[in-house]
Amino acid sequence: MKVSLEWLRELVDLDQSAEELAETLTRGGIEVENVENLNKGFEKVVIGEIVSLTKHPDADRLLVCAVNVSQEEVTIVTGAQNLLTGDRIPVALVGANLPNDLSIRKSKLRGVVSLGMLCSREELLLDDTIGLDRSADGILILPPTAPIGENFGHYLGLEDSILDLELYPNRPDCLAMVNVAREVASLTRKKPHLPKWAEQNQVLSLPVVTDFRIIIEDQELCWRYAGLVVEDVHIAPSPEWMQRRLKAAGVRPISNIVDITNYVMLEMGQPLHAFDRDKIEGDVHVRPAHPGEKIVTLDGVERTLQTHTLLIADDSQPLGVAGVMGGLYSEVTKDTKRLMIESAHFSSVSIRRTSRRLGLRSEASNRFEKGIDVSGIVAVLGRVCDLLIDLGAGRPVALVDEVRHLPSRRQITLSTQHTSTVLGIELKISEIRQVLEDLNFEYKENNGLFQVEIPTYRSDLEIEEDLMEEVARLIGYDRIPTTLPQGDQTQGRRTPEQEFRRRLRKVLAQSGMDEVLTYTFTRAESDAQWGSAKHQVPLLNPLREELGVMRTSLIPGLLDVAARNVARRNMDVSIFEIGNTYWGEEQPLKNLPREELRVAAVAVGKSERHWLNQPVSYDFYYLKGIMEGLALEFGLKLEFRVAENQSLLHPGRSADLYLQNQCVGFLGEIHPSLEKEWGLERAVIFELELSTLFKWIRHTVRAHSIPRFPAILRDLAVVVTVETSAEAVMAKIRKLGGDLLQQVEIFDVYTGNPIPEDHKSLAFSLRYQSIERTLTDEEVNLLNSRILEGIQQDFGAERRK
Amino acid sequence: MDLERVIYLKSEILRIREEALKELRELDSPEALQELKVKVLGKKGSLTALLRQMGSLSAEERPIMGQVVNEVRTRLEQAWEERSEELDAMALQKRLATEQIDITLPGTRVARGHYHPLTQVIEEIEDIFLGMGFQIAEGPEIESDYYNFEALNLPKEHPAREMQDSFYITEEILLRTQTSPVQIRTMEKLHPHLPVKIIAPGKVYRNDDDATHSPMFHQVEGLVVDHGIRMSDLKGILLNFSREMFGESREIRLRPSFFPFTEPSAEVDVSCMLCGGSGCRLCKGTGWIEILGSGMVHPKVLEMGGYNPQEVTGFAFGMGVERIAMLKFGIEDMRLLFDNDLRFLQQF
Ligand SMILES: [Zn+2]
Repeated sequence: MKVSLEWLRELVDLDQSAEELAETLTRGGIEVENVENLNKGFEKVVIGEIVSLTKHPDADRLLVCAVNVSQEEVTIVTGAQNLLTGDRIPVALVGANLPNDLSIRKSKLRGVVSLGMLCSREELLLDDTIGLDRSADGILILPPTAPIGENFGHYLGLEDSILDLELYPNRPDCLAMVNVAREVASLTRKKPHLPKWAEQNQVLSLPVVTDFRIIIEDQELCWRYAGLVVEDVHIAPSPEWMQRRLKAAGVRPISNIVDITNYVMLEMGQPLHAFDRDKIEGDVHVRPAHPGEKIVTLDGVERTLQTHTLLIADDSQPLGVAGVMGGLYSEVTKDTKRLMIESAHFSSVSIRRTSRRLGLRSEASNRFEKGIDVSGIVAVLGRVCDLLIDLGAGRPVALVDEVRHLPSRRQITLSTQHTSTVLGIELKISEIRQVLEDLNFEYKENNGLFQVEIPTYRSDLEIEEDLMEEVARLIGYDRIPTTLPQGDQTQGRRTPEQEFRRRLRKVLAQSGMDEVLTYTFTRAESDAQWGSAKHQVPLLNPLREELGVMRTSLIPGLLDVAARNVARRNMDVSIFEIGNTYWGEEQPLKNLPREELRVAAVAVGKSERHWLNQPVSYDFYYLKGIMEGLALEFGLKLEFRVAENQSLLHPGRSADLYLQNQCVGFLGEIHPSLEKEWGLERAVIFELELSTLFKWIRHTVRAHSIPRFPAILRDLAVVVTVETSAEAVMAKIRKLGGDLLQQVEIFDVYTGNPIPEDHKSLAFSLRYQSIERTLTDEEVNLLNSRILEGIQQDFGAERRK
Repeated sequence: MDLERVIYLKSEILRIREEALKELRELDSPEALQELKVKVLGKKGSLTALLRQMGSLSAEERPIMGQVVNEVRTRLEQAWEERSEELDAMALQKRLATEQIDITLPGTRVARGHYHPLTQVIEEIEDIFLGMGFQIAEGPEIESDYYNFEALNLPKEHPAREMQDSFYITEEILLRTQTSPVQIRTMEKLHPHLPVKIIAPGKVYRNDDDATHSPMFHQVEGLVVDHGIRMSDLKGILLNFSREMFGESREIRLRPSFFPFTEPSAEVDVSCMLCGGSGCRLCKGTGWIEILGSGMVHPKVLEMGGYNPQEVTGFAFGMGVERIAMLKFGIEDMRLLFDNDLRFLQQF
């Protein structure tokens, strides 16, 4: 809502500046988004008269002008060629900041001092409705009547300030100037001066229309419809003051009749529409459109209407789309002699649907959508009558008022004590009384209990808490002290699962991976590749098609991030994300989908170069190491098995991850055939589902005692075929080593000379120890050779010498 | 026994002593020291050999000579000890002199990853509220219309629904536009237990995309329900929060606002962390920065959650994590937070 300060001053005593008023309103709960000073840029622009024009002594193309600006004469150098002595022109004096952001300073042009600038239309951002025709060739030349010395903005009528109100949906009443004035009056304790028609119960005495009826077919959609019949219509432009206020509010002036309806809408909040009475055949019907019914609206567009669309029609055809746009046929033209001016209620839901569907949103439809004051429908027409007569635009002759439903006036009980308790302020009865006085609400009070009569224009006030807010905002939210809740103390702590996630993030970050956050909606195809097309949850109205489905895998989002970084020459990427995937069980969705928390990672490249250490390649073993660290941290027995799905991951460099015999994720290098698609070479990834992990994490640690007897260490190197898995050899060693073998570690893997082709050497370090006694070399040697024999048998291994 | 022999032995002993002491002064390694010790004092050493010859001495002379030998032995052992310490000290000096490194070279790199700035901020918010006795509650990101709107006093066709452009999945299921549905879910789960004291961080979604809006973003919701909860309690809790989050000297102010699920409602501003309130570019000259929306829980919402609004009251608040992160880290474009450029992320 754009509020003209000039207009507002007429409706309420006001001694604040625009900025101060904006602050008052904002602190009072009516947010002022912006204050626009219409005179901005014209502050130091005045009207001057050319006293003399002489050629610049040292420049052929320049003129030296003596300009009379009333108090004094100033010298200004100009290059313009369209001036005559005696012309009145806008003069930007030194210090002016023009609308086009040009700052005017004292200057010297070829030795002549210039104390300002003569302005063109372009420099003032004005159109050609201003000034004489000669202005087109250079400086804007004003009519000879323009008063010398007057501020140019003032001359153009641009002194007003416009407050742009950002209204919450609960305050549609402030879409009316009178209610903004009431609000300002309440907040500043000033008196409003409103037209008497702002009182909803004002009676408009006119004869009742006898030659047609209003027929409301669906009273759910239209509670009340009033029509004012006007004769002797004289179409003309509206007066300058009305046009200026309309423009200030962003409404284009058209003609006196249309302007009056718009003016009263802005003033009272009630949208109005004028029909050419002589185009109406028979009765006026308020009815839903028939199937396939068409209407040509005011904008000349023929529109086919859906059946719910509410229409105003006569006996033979539609006259307008109710509350949204009038019809071209019944439009007021310069030949119009008689009018019917409509003031009505239409269901906000119906208007919203229609305006949305037709793509027609207007000041009127906006007000209907937010809800209008049904009680004031006829009083508003009283205001229209006054203006018609004042402007000589027509003679009101009759009125019809079809009422189907009038919302009852609300009474709310407001308790001083309850209000004090809820707000936490000790309030006196007199303070609440003062607030209700300031709001101009009627009330009865007994022992601090107020029976408050709610005016019909405040539809937002429904319950006691609504009035508490009125009290709080009028006495000022600053009055609310700061306290802390008095009840039982509680202990704040994360649930074990929340703690698990937090620790998981910490472990991964401490492993050197950077955390990323990606959109949870993604491209359907990529998600289907890595996740499950069957379970995807598509959005009905995605922002873009490539954000069309909720993800079932974190991998595509991470690959995107990795690829984007590599494309920007951030070549070494090691990232992870912890986030939900979304699994729909049916199409279309009937139940909320399952949200499955996962962790995934992508790594490509290698760690930074360092003078001391070899860079770590971001390969299979890098991510596997991170997962092993994670398993260690949480006491999980994570198993790595040869991957089953071989189409997405490199078959020789991938693993499925198992926990307690349940597959919980995968790890591997992306399949070489996918590298081009993703723009990544040798990227390794993993994805893990977290709920199973959480189920099996170790919550308690039981300490083992440290053995008192010395350990004996033995190394064992064997040569096996390349396919032989190290894990299998280790398992065999463990089995044969029994209780005395405390630990086996693989410390070297080697291929190449002198190891035969297709073979590798595995070197293990074995640690033997007993908790009961000191072991002898002999028994350890025996065990060690037994282990070697076992491996030789099972794997055809040979001892490496 | 002849005196001559005694004299000879004695002079031999003294000679050995003098020679050993001389050699001791000249040798310069622990190995040489050990060698000398064996040569003189060892089983086959020169002093031991002399001692062996004492068997031929008379019973009176033997203890006298024994004493001499022992004195010499003690003297030599002491000398060895001293020389050994000298040598150790010399060796240490030499080691220290040769083992100097360039301490300005960088240390062995320990891999260190980074938390996403939004995660950092969420964890910080969580920690502040955990410290004030709040629990952390959660709810689904894909929500029913009922929890996202209706139970929050936003019936179908309520004009306030337009404040939020939603992503729909079906007519009845959508991506939650706010974390507020967690209020209802929590109350349903906890009632009639009191007090309810939770925050609910999480992802929310609105159909918007520009420098200050992201289609996916994060909120932290807060809810307190108990007997006798006052709006001043809301102010107290949020003042504590603001000071922990933005600095001890922060003040807050409440402004009337509108949310369908709170009444009275308040927008909360914190005094500008950049200029302290005198006005600057960050606060657009006002000295205040809007950080969250809040209010007293609407009686209908308490009812929907299973509590009797005649008996209990509550307050609720909701803040945008992106906004707080942008204020905290001086980030100007929200899109950077989801672009995930490593050069950006590795600053945090
Ligand atoms: Zn500031």
